[in-house]
Amino acid sequence: MPGSDPVGAPVKTHCPYCALQCGMEIGPGLAIQPRTDIPANASGALCQKGWTAGELLTNGERLTTPLLHGEPVEWDVALDYVAYRLSAIRAEHGPDAVAVFGGGGLTNEKAYHLGKFARVVLGTSQIDYNGRFCMSSAAAASSKAFGMDRGMPFPITDLADADVVLLAGGNVAETMPPFVRHLSGPRMIVIDPRRTQTAKLAWLHLQPTPGTDLALALGLLHLAIADDLVDEAYVAARTTGFDEVRTSLAGWWPERVERITGVPVYRMRQAVRALASAGNAYILTGRGAEQHAKGTDTVSAFINLALALGLPGNYGSGYGCVTGQGNGQGGREHGQKADQLPGYRKIDDPAAREHVAGVWGVRPEDIPGPGRSAYELLDALGTPDGPRAMLLFGSNPVISAPAAEHVAERIGALDLLVTCDFVMSETAVLADVVFPVTQWAEESGTMTNLEGRVLLRRQAVAPPEGVRSDLEVLAGLAERLGHTLATEPAEVFDELRRASAGGLADYSGITYERIAAEAGVFWPCPEPGHPGTPRPFLDSFATPDGLARFVPVQHRPPAEEIDDDYPVYLTTGRVLAHYQSGAQTRRIAALVKAAPEPFVELHPDLAEQLGITAGDVVRVTSRRGEAKAVARISDAIRRDTVFMPFHWEGANRLTNPALDPTSKMPEFKVCAVRVERDS
Amino acid sequence: MRLVVVGNGMAGSRLVSEVRARDPHMRITVLGAETCQPYNRVLLSNVLAGSSRPDQVRLLDASWYDAHNVNAAFGSPVAHVDRETRHVVTEDGRREPYDLLVLATGSQAIVPPLPGVERAIPFRTLDDCERIMQAANQARRAVVVGGGLLGIEAARGLAGRGLPVTLLHLAGHLMERQLDVEAGEVLGETLAGLGVEIRTGVSADSVQADGVRLAGGELVEADLVVLACGVRPVTGLAAEAGLEVRRGVVVDDELRTDDPSIFAIGECAEHDGTVYGLVAPAWEQAAVAADVITGGKALYRGSRLVTRLKARSVELAAMGETQLTEEHAEVVRFSHRARGTYRKLVIRDGRLVGAILLGESDAVGTLTQLFDRGGPVPGDRAGLLFPGLASAPVADSPVLMPDAAKVCQCNNVTKGQIRACWEAGARDVAGVAAATRATTGCGTCRDAVEGIVGWLCEQEGISV
Repeated sequence: MPGSDPVGAPVKTHCPYCALQCGMEIGPGLAIQPRTDIPANASGALCQKGWTAGELLTNGERLTTPLLHGEPVEWDVALDYVAYRLSAIRAEHGPDAVAVFGGGGLTNEKAYHLGKFARVVLGTSQIDYNGRFCMSSAAAASSKAFGMDRGMPFPITDLADADVVLLAGGNVAETMPPFVRHLSGPRMIVIDPRRTQTAKLAWLHLQPTPGTDLALALGLLHLAIADDLVDEAYVAARTTGFDEVRTSLAGWWPERVERITGVPVYRMRQAVRALASAGNAYILTGRGAEQHAKGTDTVSAFINLALALGLPGNYGSGYGCVTGQGNGQGGREHGQKADQLPGYRKIDDPAAREHVAGVWGVRPEDIPGPGRSAYELLDALGTPDGPRAMLLFGSNPVISAPAAEHVAERIGALDLLVTCDFVMSETAVLADVVFPVTQWAEESGTMTNLEGRVLLRRQAVAPPEGVRSDLEVLAGLAERLGHTLATEPAEVFDELRRASAGGLADYSGITYERIAAEAGVFWPCPEPGHPGTPRPFLDSFATPDGLARFVPVQHRPPAEEIDDDYPVYLTTGRVLAHYQSGAQTRRIAALVKAAPEPFVELHPDLAEQLGITAGDVVRVTSRRGEAKAVARISDAIRRDTVFMPFHWEGANRLTNPALDPTSKMPEFKVCAVRVERDS
Repeated sequence: MRLVVVGNGMAGSRLVSEVRARDPHMRITVLGAETCQPYNRVLLSNVLAGSSRPDQVRLLDASWYDAHNVNAAFGSPVAHVDRETRHVVTEDGRREPYDLLVLATGSQAIVPPLPGVERAIPFRTLDDCERIMQAANQARRAVVVGGGLLGIEAARGLAGRGLPVTLLHLAGHLMERQLDVEAGEVLGETLAGLGVEIRTGVSADSVQADGVRLAGGELVEADLVVLACGVRPVTGLAAEAGLEVRRGVVVDDELRTDDPSIFAIGECAEHDGTVYGLVAPAWEQAAVAADVITGGKALYRGSRLVTRLKARSVELAAMGETQLTEEHAEVVRFSHRARGTYRKLVIRDGRLVGAILLGESDAVGTLTQLFDRGGPVPGDRAGLLFPGLASAPVADSPVLMPDAAKVCQCNNVTKGQIRACWEAGARDVAGVAAATRATTGCGTCRDAVEGIVGWLCEQEGISV
């Protein structure tokens, strides 16, 4: 059985999964122990995914040979073939005929090199990544309000001392269980259409109609203003734009919001009072609030609430986005996003282009402009104006993209699909060429966790024979296309530091040695002697005048409302035992045992009305496709809504690719479906 | 295309912003009779209660009009519509040509023809509100005439300012159009507890310097009298222009009057025999009219009415046909007057056609949405009235918990596994954690694991 060789002494590294990036030690052998020096899980916590992560390293389905049209081939054969095809497609159709699609789980080094490879080696503007499906709405809203997007602009350990934490659309008890340990002190207010494991821990649970979080946030701020709970001194000293927001809220009185959201007015009032009377409070948002065609505005509304209550930039209070993917934060900073260059720079900013061009040794005008966003890119594949070839890294869009059947069709229309993966994911199956690559503990690199803390994920085991790292694949292709790229992570990181210097996400003072010695370093860290910045907004915000911006926003209905044909809302999310598209976790026995199959959660009243009993196979249909799964009956969900986890094929065949106009986030979290017993 | 909107209240201002959102170029002129920017009338009770300042209820900033290229005239009442030449003429003589005209003239307070009524202040506009507040500062006792929605909000607001208030109401119970007798009584009891004296079934005879004289001769003392006796659609302009007017200006499903170039929306309009007096229908009409005006195909089919009282410490929602009895519908009712709680569902043909919810209730959102959507009512009626009631109690006692029950979610550990682990020698949480990893994730199951281990030890007589 192919597998990696364990090394002897324990090696300090991090979990392969979520953005919490729990510290763990591997070894001797493949034994895993939690570290106690990483604040995210310093109490020695790990969830089942973390404890069983070692099985990824011995998995029998591991890829170890490059595949060309399904047949094992030598590395050189596969690399030569891909380079030849890329050159030919580029020559015939131009550089934008080749697309690159990355992932939020890739290390900073890979994310950086992917961006550089696309722009310098391929000369294409067509690069984006699955993080677009993750934190992009929160990122856009944070940038508007604060001039900078650092998921949580404070250490996670600060949360424990808060009096109240409001979590809008996040289920951390399942998605990142050790996070909950930081919430044992504060009163929790949870906003979620389901009474999730997290909502069960809450002091107050608000259960809105899917797609109405924005209205709810407006209603909460309306109440804060009407009940005279606004921190006027803070608003005057540290923000701008409040008057316009106040006027824009006159139409969102709580009784109207109640009718839209289904959240009782007195519950809204309880929430606002608790937040306003707290000495220290945080407002956090997760994908539930963000994955909508109005996700950016929803986050803006929650940030407006936080600003009105005087939270951001005050020690012990604030707003934060609970980033999801392992390197969701770092992955959005270093250039694999269609509109960005390293250091969280904008690709259409001449100064940014000049700086990065200098590091890359190219002319600024040679760097392509902004390309298509993730879904727009997938939707364009194989169309007359769209890319003909795609290189895919760390992503499984056939499972994870909205309207997944359509996306599979688009991928099928490509002339060339190349994937880098370590197992045969559902997307890899469709590829012309699959490169078997190293994973997680078989390679080193940095990850930036949900706090903005740059961490070092060290190699703990030797990779199985035959696999190469993503960096080596990129270098191999670059070489064949006439360019040179480094393959050593430390070397790539040094270049990333220079490329990020002077940008918002400035890593130039961070080194592997410092990360190891300091258990992580917070960006921005502009010089070697700089201590890093755990709380960047204490003195001022990253806007030109240092003031935070109120952004007036208005609620609007979901892109697709329920009607007679599709009378039930569908919302999607995660279960504890699985991660993202499940390509990793669905191959681990203990996790499969814990959560073996997809399911549809529905309320007993809805089940009764539809003649469905627990365990029945039900068919869920939307305008985009259908999926079958086993019924679970639970009164933890609203009567008008069903829930499906998205780790298996199915849920995303149903979801709606309507995009947020700013972030280009698809509307994963609400669409209209019909639910029937499968006869 | 030149659009002229007469009226800049909640309906008119909404229409203007809806049209602008759909068409950035149409020439829009809005003529408002009131001198101020449009404000949210719904929030006037907050202003009266002192919880909002008048400047906090603006719907649009003055700068909005310039920024959105809308020509607005405040304090510019319209005197005449010239349909021949398609002009409106303002009282100060300005002639404004239109291709399409929207009448959003709203309604005005009904002032009953009582002797001395000029001493009383109607409660309708922001100006009224400011007059009442000024008077309230000097007043020692207030009377509110009219126990409908607005009168109750006014009375509650004045009482909240510390002013003793008597509410006079002609009908036998409060809000008789929305509430059944018992709900009206429970509401009265709640208000009485908040300092509002309720007098129902009484008729005012005259307003005097020292109070209101009732029909029977009794004087209810007050030095501030507020009128909330209902409203009447403002239709004079339309009638004078020869448009069809019944109670309101008659409109079709496109909100057009019998002149296809003239629309009417809001409280001045009558659709399918109904004149609506709430903001939600006015805004629904504004959205439909805006769509039609900008070339869309939307149709207005009437609105479902949900009345939500906005008065501090009084939670009341009433919707639909609340007065139906068991003869005509299925009625589910719960009453607990000592707590000010009254809940009623009216169900016909399996659909919710009416409901009253008085007192704090988590059911209000679900019921409102069920009523709005007209969806089927679930079989478990009690679960609708008392959300959470149906939830199965969690068997958290180690004795009652089945072996298959999951104790640690994060590591998928059942009670049975903990028992097996105990049987294999683990005698404390650390031992169980080492063997099963229970408690090592989020940590919230620690007490449960401790409880199970303790109970197992107890069973075996092992002291820990």
